[in-house]
Amino acid sequence: MTPSSPALDGSVQERAAAFLPPGDGPQALVDPTGSPLPSPLAMPADDDLLALHRAMVVGRRFDTQASALTRQGRLAVYPSSRGQEACQVAAALALRPQDWLFPTYRDSVAIVTRGVPPVEVLTLLRGDWHCGYDPYEHRVAPQCTPLATNTLHAVGLAHAARLQGEDRVALVLLGDGATSEGDTHEALNFAAVWGAPVVFLVQNNGYAISVPLAKQTAAPSLAHKGVGYGMRSRLVDGNDAAAVHAVLTEAVAGAAGGDGPTLVEALTYRVEAHTNADDAGRYRDPAEVEAWLAKDPVSRSEAHLRSRGLLDDALAERFAREGEELAAGVRAALEHDVAPDPRELFEHVYAQPTAALLEQRDLLLAELEEEPA
Amino acid sequence: MAGALNAALADALEQDPRVVVLGEDVGTLGGVFRVTDGLAARFGDRRVVDTPLAESGIVGTAIGMAMGGLVPVVEMQFDAFAYPAFEQVTSHLAKLRNRTRGAVALPVVVRVPYGGGIGGVEHHCDSSEAYYAHTPGLRVVTPATPADAYRMMRQAIACPDPVVLLEPKRRYWSKEAAELTADGPALDEAVVRRPGRDVTLVTYGGTVATALEAADAAVEEGWDVEVVDLRSLSPIDDATLTASVRRTGRAVVVHEAPGSGGLGAEVAQRITERCFHHLEAPVLRVTGFDIPYPPPKLEQHHLPSVDRILDTVARLQWDDQPEPCPAPYGARRA
Ligand SMILES: Cc1ncc(C[n+]2csc(CCOP(=O)(O)OP(=O)(O)O)c2C)c(N)n1
Repeated sequence: MTPSSPALDGSVQERAAAFLPPGDGPQALVDPTGSPLPSPLAMPADDDLLALHRAMVVGRRFDTQASALTRQGRLAVYPSSRGQEACQVAAALALRPQDWLFPTYRDSVAIVTRGVPPVEVLTLLRGDWHCGYDPYEHRVAPQCTPLATNTLHAVGLAHAARLQGEDRVALVLLGDGATSEGDTHEALNFAAVWGAPVVFLVQNNGYAISVPLAKQTAAPSLAHKGVGYGMRSRLVDGNDAAAVHAVLTEAVAGAAGGDGPTLVEALTYRVEAHTNADDAGRYRDPAEVEAWLAKDPVSRSEAHLRSRGLLDDALAERFAREGEELAAGVRAALEHDVAPDPRELFEHVYAQPTAALLEQRDLLLAELEEEPA
Repeated sequence: MAGALNAALADALEQDPRVVVLGEDVGTLGGVFRVTDGLAARFGDRRVVDTPLAESGIVGTAIGMAMGGLVPVVEMQFDAFAYPAFEQVTSHLAKLRNRTRGAVALPVVVRVPYGGGIGGVEHHCDSSEAYYAHTPGLRVVTPATPADAYRMMRQAIACPDPVVLLEPKRRYWSKEAAELTADGPALDEAVVRRPGRDVTLVTYGGTVATALEAADAAVEEGWDVEVVDLRSLSPIDDATLTASVRRTGRAVVVHEAPGSGGLGAEVAQRITERCFHHLEAPVLRVTGFDIPYPPPKLEQHHLPSVDRILDTVARLQWDDQPEPCPAPYGARRA
């Protein structure tokens, strides 16, 4: 259980350099107009680029549908990831089936891309009391609301895999704001010390609710923080799906191959407000949003794929149709409110309900029976 | 008791390859109280892990390990130093089973050396049981004897629910000879430590020995005192508690944690509700004061003492004595 650092020998400066994000600024493969950029990163295979694009188109449709349903009162709340699709889908598609994803409340599109049925993803937001899906079925942890706490779960699960001799990587998603929490520090440190096969993807979308990054950190970049832990770090253009996928795939492969953890910072932007309950006009300039819309990850990928002849109208149409089908399924499923069974509230607090819980359940059931229908 | 806990950990590590021990100084040093002494040498540093110094990190990674199929037993070095892990314990350890509708079980044991009576300075002597017992989803247990310590540790490790195992520090060095076995009563069962007819002392952990001493001393005063050791603080074994107080008709709850909002209030309420028609007097409490843990030179005044327990027993309206009692801190000497 020795730390797996790329350069244990050499001077402090040399060691630090080995952990620094390469290059000056975020790595990218495709510019905002869709033109390929020279880069030491390997361009994903054509199939992967198409899979990324398809997932972004479908994911965006899911996201707009969820936002619409929230306005109609079908969902209690929905934190949109519009604008962050490149990170969302790359995180899911960079993983192998046996790997685990540890998402936050913002990462519904990543979970849908991983294969969890959309209706299950929205279960909690519809007003039910549980996370909606079986984490073991798709190897996706419940969406985590207490900020940064999921980073430690990912490290623990990844380390457990190593102890058991299993090839399993954990990828944890967190926001720029969450990097200020103590748990992020503890998780990065534990991961580096243990050499755990874990990938941290910080989606730096510029804001933590209303608080801009400048009030969150004085670090040159969030990726630079990895150096202090002795962890490889990457800074990537978070609206370039090809680049995010390339960086994450490499990080996952490195983790699986025994190279330990990687910290990835992806620069992106949250186009919608924090949630439907938030008023982004109070803290950011519409011009800023406009500027980011010009860097939209989905149109960038589309332009790139078309210029390379990988995408034509027919295929684009098919992806759009898949998105519509998924949205229609979500609408139909959410036509009726969830009807949580009050009995179940007492069932899963412990492996077996305690005597006190059974008494409390019976009390509630008796009350419900007396209630006029 | 430290030896019994050590033996329980060793036997669990031996019998179940999924068991791992994590904490600060638990490896080479064997823990500051030596509860993990020799385990790293015997089972290796992959199973007995000296972690970085970070309590939230310890509990948080243990949660992930449990999700990944291991059975982590984590040590918090001292009661008050478990507070950095509070969010992981209350928001995740306690809730993940429920949040996942039973899909994710977290068989994690969080060991917390707790309580005073060892001449420790501040932050080293807290009784933090009420925080944990107030959290649905956790089991909270505390042994008072080496035999219970061994059994309860083994049962806690085997338990599919997360268990906070509070180890009364001042009992660590107790040396009663005991047969160590994992068999016996269930993890949530209380025990009558000493039968008696006149009054029930309800207590747990470090104050069980004090209550037993008080019961012995009470013989001189003509009282036949029963002592119930709760052992499980969540859930509470109402059956044992109720049967005892219905027999004796009087009850005093003893614990060293501050009285306000403490476990004693919970116990007193349960007794009142279930034994009202058997009670000859209000249920009283002897507890620590509502103060931050005092310095070593003053701790004997804070901790429930034999005298304070006897004085409180004396106020249980043996002669229809009408004056109200200065609960919850126990009676003043007459
Ligand atoms: C421990 C904790 N503190 C506060 C909150 C309330 N909260 C929810 S989201 C949020 C902002 C998080 O920002 P960031 O980590 O950048 O992620 P983003 O929402 O931008 O995706 C806050 C303060 C919380 N969920 N958890």
